[in-house]
Amino acid sequence: MARKFARKFEPARRKFLQQSAAVGGGLTVGFGFPAALAQKAEAAVEINAWVVIRPDDAIIIRYARSEMGQGSMTSAPMLVAEELECDWRRVKIEYASANANVKRKRVWGDMAAVGSRTIRNSQEYLRKAGATAREMLIAAAAQEWKVPASECTASNSFITHGPSKRRVSYGKVADAASRIEPPKDVKLKDPKDWKLIGKSVKRIDIPDTVMGRQRYGIDVQLPGMLYAAIAQCPVFGGKVKSIDAAKVEGRRGIVKVLPMESFIAVVADNWWRAKEALRDVHVEWDVGANGNVSSASLMEFYKGGLDTQTDVATARKDGDFDQALASAAKKIEAEYYTPYLAHACLEPMGCTAIVKDGKVDVWTSTQSAEASLANAAAVAGVPLENVEVHRVQLGGGFGRRGGAQDFVRQGVAIAKAMEGTPVKMLWTREEDTQHDFYRPASLIRMKAGLDAQGSPVAWYSRVSATSIIATLPRLPLKDGVDPQAVASLSDLPHAIPNVRIEYAQRNTHVPVGFWRTVGHSQNPFVRESFMDELASAAGKDPYEYRRALLEKSPKDLGVLEATAKAAGWGKPLPAGVFRGIAQTEAYGSYTSAVAELSVDKNGEVKIHRLVLGLDPGYVVNPDNVVAQMQGSSVFMLTAMFWGEITIKEGRAEQSNFHDYRMMRLREMPDVEVVLAPSGGFWGGVGEPGQASIAPAVCNAIFAATGKRVRSLPLKNHGLTLA
Amino acid sequence: MIELTVNGKKSSVDVEPEMPLLWVLRDVLDVKGPKFGCGIAQCGACTVHLNGEPVRSCSVPVSAAADQKVLTIEGLAQRGQLHPVQKAWIDHEVPQCGYCQSGQIMAAVALLAKNRDPSDKDIDAAMTNICRCGTYARIRTAIHAAAKTLKSTKA
Repeated sequence: MARKFARKFEPARRKFLQQSAAVGGGLTVGFGFPAALAQKAEAAVEINAWVVIRPDDAIIIRYARSEMGQGSMTSAPMLVAEELECDWRRVKIEYASANANVKRKRVWGDMAAVGSRTIRNSQEYLRKAGATAREMLIAAAAQEWKVPASECTASNSFITHGPSKRRVSYGKVADAASRIEPPKDVKLKDPKDWKLIGKSVKRIDIPDTVMGRQRYGIDVQLPGMLYAAIAQCPVFGGKVKSIDAAKVEGRRGIVKVLPMESFIAVVADNWWRAKEALRDVHVEWDVGANGNVSSASLMEFYKGGLDTQTDVATARKDGDFDQALASAAKKIEAEYYTPYLAHACLEPMGCTAIVKDGKVDVWTSTQSAEASLANAAAVAGVPLENVEVHRVQLGGGFGRRGGAQDFVRQGVAIAKAMEGTPVKMLWTREEDTQHDFYRPASLIRMKAGLDAQGSPVAWYSRVSATSIIATLPRLPLKDGVDPQAVASLSDLPHAIPNVRIEYAQRNTHVPVGFWRTVGHSQNPFVRESFMDELASAAGKDPYEYRRALLEKSPKDLGVLEATAKAAGWGKPLPAGVFRGIAQTEAYGSYTSAVAELSVDKNGEVKIHRLVLGLDPGYVVNPDNVVAQMQGSSVFMLTAMFWGEITIKEGRAEQSNFHDYRMMRLREMPDVEVVLAPSGGFWGGVGEPGQASIAPAVCNAIFAATGKRVRSLPLKNHGLTLA
Repeated sequence: MIELTVNGKKSSVDVEPEMPLLWVLRDVLDVKGPKFGCGIAQCGACTVHLNGEPVRSCSVPVSAAADQKVLTIEGLAQRGQLHPVQKAWIDHEVPQCGYCQSGQIMAAVALLAKNRDPSDKDIDAAMTNICRCGTYARIRTAIHAAAKTLKSTKA
């Protein structure tokens, strides 16, 4: 059928290509990058993979991961610059090439911006790269002056020979330095000597953004390019059975209709024409076995996970929970639920590709250029070396554009079907909402036993949820446990002698994936709300209750105390205003939140103040960390008040922002960020901020109303954000 | 043919009259500042000015813009000088991913053109664009800062 259809459309397509060839000329790969990022390579000298120096003393620092607003494109190069001792004002930042990373045996290492790990996982090799380049520049200058390198120092892009006071700029010795054998071992600076790390530095990408010059995947423009809109089977996992495209045949601008395995694509001379035509292509779907799945049937399935005696794994076992519970003075039990959530990156999924002469060029907003490259190579059937993934800014990522590379596979499949012609594929918002890899829904049973003084002696959690690890990267689970599903429960830091944490894997046809803060976006709500239930049952202050249990966890305790202090915990509040508190560790950083709010009779929750504390060990770019905390607040408040993807007839019920609600500016509360870096470790920043917010707000709602919220979103409890 | 003036430059486009202004700007005229976010006038990433009024260009048919003046983020800076709103956006490091920001900036410029000293309530009412990264607090601060600049330059 596909071939028959294609034949019908050949004349129109040929005509269009002739026209576009006449207008556009030959294909040039690459497009106008923002001025701040585009650098001429001529005469620039590579000292090592991360540091390139031009004769005019411009320092080019390469950045390997992605920029999606988290600010790492600025803060990661700061780590190189700190040790390089260069003039930050003359630093330009450019992306490392994904293709070169393949050819150069991964000289830039992991290129993925996921898991809040850009700084914490690359800080050591980035600082070493800067220090190594600095030593090579010093050695080159010393050689030229015929003096010992030990008499020379580097500062602000100059090398100075102490005794003679001679100075030379980096640009003058870069060429010689590039031929020096890199030192095997370099000493990194003591944190007390840092000049750049810890200072607020302007983000490199912001000027281009405010001038409208920033380029995202959606903005790629190539000569002769065509545009594709796609429709996927509404039921996850369904296939195309047949299509009838008679209505769009010969329609203006329509080049081709491609029935693929699980989606159809309309290719046209602009995206709007493709998208409009898509509505008039009749598709019969083979929805498979899941056409009757609903939120209610899924809930039953998850409930089974709470009760099963056989199909369950143990994630942690300290002491004897059953015995301790049996002899406890007070027993408390509760069930908590958190729903599926869509990522809703403001830039919908998309991918532009050209497959030509056994080579593939891809332009896509991706959190993992290497994963995009591997997927493109696999779909096109070419070696990795023959693929380049051109780097662009992402219009939001939040985990959607990392592990799942469905959009790249689709874009390259379309480009392969249109071999020789660049095609820009873009999803509609409806496709984006209904074909996500959702934050998993999770049903959790909690039990605890308190002693006569109200202190917990027994703690139990059973998580029933889909495993991301088993279903997306499809990796085997160690001992049957998905660590994301039990995050912040299996690593409970509190001094409780008898703990049992269990996981019942319940996989469904609803695709799940990494959603900003992943398991830490939902389990802290459960853990810290339940902790509040215990404090309440014990008749104790929730802050003091936590403090007593965290005596041997100094980092958790430290951020809890710093946040409570900044919030004025215990001080009187105006009538009708109540506080809630929570504390969590996530991605190697420690967070705490205190919410101050009031709830009116209509269920409008007015958050007067949200105090958000963070201890990430070291802070690289403080203002950017504050921005991440502010953003985390919006992300979590959006999720906890409105976020919910529900399933009906095997498909997502929500489709766009009218029914998948985003928080707006008028709802933004005052957020006070408390940075409490205690030093000695490197924690993440992009995700941890979310973790403590939902429980702090829900605990304050309990204080205000006496009503314990055990499921999200709050709209289902008649509550909304004022 | 439909005649448009985009950022002071006249163009004529041969497209269906119902084609949304956003897609004429992006795919026909290669003006990429306005972004596509939802297609139903909910998010405001596509905000441009039509004769000085902020509109959601994903939901404005190009025929409604015929023979009229369209201003996009690309046309905001005058003779190389950033608009005070753009300047404030840089000073306060407003954007994160930045995808919504050309729409946010165009909405803020339109607000300040009508109201030189907006209150927080005025900002709440005017700034309805979605920012998924959550830059709202800084948007508010930057609008107040830009208002101050505009006041002092006028004085």
